[in-house]
Amino acid sequence: MSSFNIIGTWTLFQRESRRFLRVKMQTIVAPALTAILYLIVFRYAMGDREVPGLDVDYFSFLIPGLMMMAMLQNAFANTSSSMIVGKVMNVHVFLLMSPISASEVIFALLAAAVLRALVVGGVLLLILLPFSELALAHVWMILFYGVCGSLIMGSLGLIGGMWSKTFDDMAMVNNFVVMPLTFLSGVFYSVTQLPPFWQAVNAWNPFFYLIDGFRHGFIATGDSDPLQAMGAVAILTLLSVLLAWYLWRIGWKLKE
Amino acid sequence: MNALEINNLSKIYGNGNVALQDVSLRVPEGSFFALLGPNGAGKSTLINILADTVSASGGSASLLQHDLFLERAWCKRRMGVVPQEIAFDPFFSPREVLKFSRGMYGQKADDAWVDELLERLELSEHAHKITRQLSGGMRRRLLVAQALVHRPKLVILDEPTAGVDVELRKRLWDFMRELNAAGTTILLTTHYLEEAEELCDQVAIIDHGKLITSRPMKSLLAEVASSSLCLSYAEPAKLSDEDQIALADFSPRIHDHQLCLTLNKQGDVSDFDTAYQAAKLRFGAPLNAGVRQEDLEDVFLRLTGEKT
Repeated sequence: MSSFNIIGTWTLFQRESRRFLRVKMQTIVAPALTAILYLIVFRYAMGDREVPGLDVDYFSFLIPGLMMMAMLQNAFANTSSSMIVGKVMNVHVFLLMSPISASEVIFALLAAAVLRALVVGGVLLLILLPFSELALAHVWMILFYGVCGSLIMGSLGLIGGMWSKTFDDMAMVNNFVVMPLTFLSGVFYSVTQLPPFWQAVNAWNPFFYLIDGFRHGFIATGDSDPLQAMGAVAILTLLSVLLAWYLWRIGWKLKE
Repeated sequence: MNALEINNLSKIYGNGNVALQDVSLRVPEGSFFALLGPNGAGKSTLINILADTVSASGGSASLLQHDLFLERAWCKRRMGVVPQEIAFDPFFSPREVLKFSRGMYGQKADDAWVDELLERLELSEHAHKITRQLSGGMRRRLLVAQALVHRPKLVILDEPTAGVDVELRKRLWDFMRELNAAGTTILLTTHYLEEAEELCDQVAIIDHGKLITSRPMKSLLAEVASSSLCLSYAEPAKLSDEDQIALADFSPRIHDHQLCLTLNKQGDVSDFDTAYQAAKLRFGAPLNAGVRQEDLEDVFLRLTGEKT
């Protein structure tokens, strides 16, 4: 009886995409500027030094990591801010009332999150590429990790947004979970530089595989086994999307 | 056919609060239906269950003979709900909100209908403003437009006129009457009982989560409404517990500073004189006395035991 609501899903995707495009200073320009500032600072602090254990200069090592970090944070921000603004302003009731199924909602919201991540990543790449010797060694790998990472973070943003009651709750998830995991995932250093204990801890940080794999797509080398990491990332992507879908379906923290 | 059928619907919230108990209702297709009840009676819970923003604890419901819980998408496409709480998307203009809303109901753009809604709800001038800049009344009208933009068969309005001024309210109701005349079923909750009496042909009253009555408006007013003897005194009337007991046969209450006693007409015999004498005995001779027919408000207050 009920078929896929194509127009509804497309409309929701448009709404979620226009929301971030409408405030592009905040959603695209600001993350790009932050990443550029990091690069300038590290460029001068580290000079032309190479990353220990990897045959690559620090600048080329840093760029993909920063790109991916910005993409992950933006994919998270797109779904989480949409959910929390929706809840605080009570607009989420329109989504609950409309004839859009859980799969359609998840599809539209995650597609918009991936789009935002790709736009932010793309802008950073266009700005930074002319200033570096960075190559695009495996474009398919860059896309795989970019899209999977955005899907994972988009799903987590959605779940975090559903869980949060206030902007403060949301900020807590962002500052105490997302930021540490992304910062401590090997964006700024190779994990081989870490003491053994922290290397072991890092092996359990999914963000490490996302960033390392994404970087591998550019510099054709990395800290982890790319095939193993791809398998883990694919499974993690599936699990996080399924969890977001399930929680939306049961109306977790949305319906009384 | 019934536009909406509700069978034994109940809702118990997580904190144990029983909001609805076995409520069964029939809303005939094409009717203008008033759902009335005091604050906290369960009206909004009922509407939120229909709208799918609250889950039911038990019972069933159907829209145009389609199961509301099993065929959600089918039913939602044919239903437009105006929620009680004002909600607006701060990023978009009323025109964009309406376009998105229509699209989300799976319908192709219809600019002519969006224009008509904006005009009828007096939002044309503000169609390009960001919703943040709209006044409370405008936001509420936008909610009404949103509920109508996909041309639903059943429109549910939960207190749509709170905060809307008298003139606009009248024009809004004229519009609703037109939609109703064209075949749209309208289910309405409101605190303006005179509006409900004037607009609606069907009425249901719920209190403490239970259905008290559901019937055609005319039949309710004819069968339930009785007349009251209203007495005014030099000082505004007050009822002590002793007065309540002494006048218990006449359900005494204070209305507009007057003492009002319900007259029970049995056959051709009225108890007007008994009631008058009983009141005189307790309060002395009144300055003025009159008999008034109960309107919906009186019936509502009497059935729900609400005090004015």
